[in-house]
Amino acid sequence: MAQSVVVQVGQCGNQVGCRFWDLALREHAAVNKKGIYDEALSSFFRNVDTRSDGNGPDIYKGKICSLKARALLIDMEEGVVNEILQGPLRDVFDSKQLITDVSGSGNNWAVGYKLYGYQYRENIVEKLRKTAEHCDCLQCFFIIHSMGGGTGSGLGTFVLNLLEDEFPEVYRFVTSVYPSGEDDVITSPYNSVLAMKELNEHADCVLPIENESLFDIVNKINQMANSGKLGSTVKQNSLVTSSAGSAKTLQEKPFDAMNNIVANLLLNLTSSARFEGSLNMDLNEISMNLVPFPRLHYLVSSLTPLYTLADVNVPSRRLDQMFSDAFSRDHQLIQADPKHSLYLACALLVRGNVQVSDLRRNIERLKPSLDFVSWNQEGWKTGLCSVPPVGHSHSLLALANNTCVKPTFIELKDRFMKLYKKKAHLHHYLQIDGMEQSCFSEAVSSLSDLIEEYNELDATKGGPRTDPSRLKIAV
Amino acid sequence: MSIVTVQLGQCGNQIGHEVFHSLCSDIQGTHGLCSRRENESYQESCRERFFCQEESAVPVARAVLVDMEPKVISQTLSVAARSGSWKYNQQSHFCQKQGSGNNWASGYSVHGPRHKEAIMNLVQKEAEKCDRLGGFFTIMSMAGGTGSGLGAFVTQCLRDAFPTSFILNHVIWPYGTGEVIVQNYNSVLTLSHLYQSADALLVHENDVIHKICAQLMNIKQISFRDVNQVLAHQLGSVFQPTHTEGHSDYSRNPLGDLMETLVPHPEFRMLGLRNIPQIPENSLPYSTFSWPGLIKHLRQMLIANAKMEEGIDWQVRPPCPGSSSHSTNKPLHFNTSLANLLVLRGKDVHSVDLGSFQDPSLYTSWLNPQDAFNAWKTPRAFNKYEKSASLVSNSQFLLKPLDSIVGKAWNMFASKAYVHQYTKFGIEEEDFLDSFTTLEQVISSYSTL
Repeated sequence: MAQSVVVQVGQCGNQVGCRFWDLALREHAAVNKKGIYDEALSSFFRNVDTRSDGNGPDIYKGKICSLKARALLIDMEEGVVNEILQGPLRDVFDSKQLITDVSGSGNNWAVGYKLYGYQYRENIVEKLRKTAEHCDCLQCFFIIHSMGGGTGSGLGTFVLNLLEDEFPEVYRFVTSVYPSGEDDVITSPYNSVLAMKELNEHADCVLPIENESLFDIVNKINQMANSGKLGSTVKQNSLVTSSAGSAKTLQEKPFDAMNNIVANLLLNLTSSARFEGSLNMDLNEISMNLVPFPRLHYLVSSLTPLYTLADVNVPSRRLDQMFSDAFSRDHQLIQADPKHSLYLACALLVRGNVQVSDLRRNIERLKPSLDFVSWNQEGWKTGLCSVPPVGHSHSLLALANNTCVKPTFIELKDRFMKLYKKKAHLHHYLQIDGMEQSCFSEAVSSLSDLIEEYNELDATKGGPRTDPSRLKIAV
Repeated sequence: MSIVTVQLGQCGNQIGHEVFHSLCSDIQGTHGLCSRRENESYQESCRERFFCQEESAVPVARAVLVDMEPKVISQTLSVAARSGSWKYNQQSHFCQKQGSGNNWASGYSVHGPRHKEAIMNLVQKEAEKCDRLGGFFTIMSMAGGTGSGLGAFVTQCLRDAFPTSFILNHVIWPYGTGEVIVQNYNSVLTLSHLYQSADALLVHENDVIHKICAQLMNIKQISFRDVNQVLAHQLGSVFQPTHTEGHSDYSRNPLGDLMETLVPHPEFRMLGLRNIPQIPENSLPYSTFSWPGLIKHLRQMLIANAKMEEGIDWQVRPPCPGSSSHSTNKPLHFNTSLANLLVLRGKDVHSVDLGSFQDPSLYTSWLNPQDAFNAWKTPRAFNKYEKSASLVSNSQFLLKPLDSIVGKAWNMFASKAYVHQYTKFGIEEEDFLDSFTTLEQVISSYSTL
């Protein structure tokens, strides 16, 4: 089985990453009762002998000694990483897999990319090589970062670029948290657009996330949990926002619930690669099936169910509800409505006690209300994993390559232009070595091209379908 | 003669396992309904064909398991061993870490050449264990990356290494509404390549088997396991031992006989399979069947191109004899055959009247109906069915599904969607065009039967 390495950059990246590792341990603990280090665990964890302080060779079989995350933690200020290392997860991280500095990036993409990027390049490459060496077969890098700040955005995309150079065969999945309209960082549009250019050119797949959506989902769950409807108590550890049962038993921090959602997204994405099922869906299959053209690799994701009710009996109607919800606006992790836009491709990864007939029935049911591009009318990729997530009997992750991302990008561009026209705050960027005005114009041009590609596809929506004529054979 | 099975990819391995399981439980069952001598002869023939019997040990399937990622193979090996009644050879498998990513090009151009030696070594070892090698049976799906791409490559290698052996590819056609988005590309590339190296392609469509599970077997929540078990039953009903015309011993060369009867012309290699009856296991003790009824149904299923024993269109009739038998005059929806093979198992099988299948109007004009139709029989009942009838047909059965797959693939190709994923691994647009041309030719040939 192949391994994946998580590279968490910046405050947001590290906070989400921390939740991911916590929930990953919880998930494996629930499945792996015998304490044997198996293939599923090895996809994200190394098994080391604590006596040699992690310097000895990894233990590939047998009992679990000490699990170390295959991760690289990068931040240009120390606060977040230090907190992680002092918290309940401190033993999961190898102390050598960190890169930190003290002063931060000042919410400036140029500082993150040009300054710290070049400064730490060799250090980063060396640590990446080390992590890769510990892997039997490295399949994928997961980068977690935010777009609006300086470190996650600038240094994060620098690392993305680096990964393409140093490890061209390994897939690069990026989970990017996009800033909302009311973001308190004034320069977040600059940072985001500059980062977008890098994502356009160097990522294999991007999973955009918006805080607003996460926030709405958290509220929805809280309402449900607190409304205490008669006869329907929610199973606490099933909440997609919950840390229940994990290492973190202390006071939950405000972003924890939101970050847990993203952590669950990553867990579900990789579940079929780690656990068995009747129709496996590996990470390289996701990229293969959902990216019809190289630059259109932005995938809108949704997770259902958000919680499980404690009454155990699950009639198939509830199963069908799970499928319907996956396509509803309020389950998407960005502010988008895929149902009313054009689908290029869609993937459904089901976990738990769901069979192929349930899948088929629901696809048939939902298909008529969805608009697929003319050359991909049956653009469905499906996967069945037998192991459900903790607290659920089944769950669904839907990934859509859909033109509904366009509004997010258009808004981003508009906010960028508002600042750029006035040249506001530009000097903070241009004073960094290696940064020129052309970086800005190229970045916004790249974004405009992307938006244009989506426009062209939208133009085909609902139009008359004339199939291209087939090859004629002389009889 | 023995058959070596090569199980390719997740689908191939999952099905292969069910096939061996079904064969084994059939010969170990006590529902033979025939004389003891007949039964023993049958069991021995089956064992020689599919299993290697080591001293006092459990029979070992003559199979090579290939996959590009380890999960399915390790599951398959352990489930088989746990059954206690048969197992796989623990060394006869090859797997890698990372899968083919549903990418035909990755399976064919990257994994194929890279692992050719290791895989062919395993095949060679299995072949050497056979006293007489009767040929190869490969099981694969055409929607994914390994079964399809690596499968096409391995088939080519088998052809090169064993130029005089028979190769039968069992190919699974995916559900029409997507299991894999690029399934139509993968299918087109697979079929066009297999056509060059295999002797024949035996096809099963997931949609059809799914309907059988839903409507005939009354399974409520159909899993892939259910689908695979029906498939295994259908395959077993063809490949378990039988007597060919005029022979009293069990046939020693099933693949050769199959090719001889069904593939008279290299342009026509696609075989469809229909098996009746198919009913839930717990209904078996309460049901009886008659040969005339079964034969009549199968014949109508053939000419009306019905996928299963329900919803057969009885209105379809063969063209009147005496009228011109040009395809343009044939009534619409009539399924013309090139050649047919009936495999009949069970009670009173020797009394069956098969005249209706020898009707020349069923067949294309350029073959003698005597040559176009064959029947294999055995009085030994199969898999608890008192009577079982299978039809393997080289006819226009698969014309529409094939045309549909090629159409969808062409539609996608016209927009160049996903093509970059293939060119990344060395399959260029020209290769696609070659494949499309090959298949359009096949479609055209079958249309004018």
